[in-house]
Amino acid sequence: MAFEFDTEGVKKTFTFLNRKAPYGTIYALEVLETVLITAAFEQHANIVFIDDGVYQIKKGQDTKAVNMKNFLPTYGIIEMEKDDADEDEDIDMVWRIIVEKESMEARGLTEDDFKVGVEVLSSAELAEVLDQSDVVIGG
Amino acid sequence: MLHTVNKSPFERNALESCLRLAKKGSAIILFEDGVYGAMAGTAKSDMVASRTGDYEFYVLGPDLAARGIAEDQIIGGVKVVDYGGFVDLAADKGTVQSWL
Repeated sequence: MAFEFDTEGVKKTFTFLNRKAPYGTIYALEVLETVLITAAFEQHANIVFIDDGVYQIKKGQDTKAVNMKNFLPTYGIIEMEKDDADEDEDIDMVWRIIVEKESMEARGLTEDDFKVGVEVLSSAELAEVLDQSDVVIGG
Repeated sequence: MLHTVNKSPFERNALESCLRLAKKGSAIILFEDGVYGAMAGTAKSDMVASRTGDYEFYVLGPDLAARGIAEDQIIGGVKVVDYGGFVDLAADKGTVQSWL
């Protein structure tokens, strides 16, 4: 029996809390795929990078020699989705790409090191964002 | 002896334990997420930078490239090797301990 979900008009704010470095484990890639699903359902999303997660969007990744998929270009697509949502008034979707200042600075990184444009928030500011989310997906 | 470390020093204590228990003069190679321990200018850089006189430090080049870390961002005194160099170290240094 087919099961139907009544999702018409449902709008939630999803926060994706990326905490792991890319490539060493599968977490980063799995969260990334979930983010893309959120776009398909036109939901609000905060894509957040803390701890070693900030390394996921570091510029200049070249995975040829390790024989793994380079997912940095996919983050470029996320940035395009965000820009579309910002500019197109027919799309009711707010996306934010956020980096925690404390995690970035501990790793000697600056905003210029990232492939995508980010908002840099303090831990206290980020705590508010988390608190105001309907769903938090960690990885 | 060769010690291998494949975890980020920000996330696990593998590098810390390695540096506590590896005898002076040993070789230590940082690979996979362990390469973040070889970056200069981070809150963890001193772990390696302050011990370059005690150990031969190596870092795996393909793992640096995958993570977008340029060779000029590496702590001075840490040598970049490729897969062949890793194999040579494993063959030359005798016993291998993997800090996972």
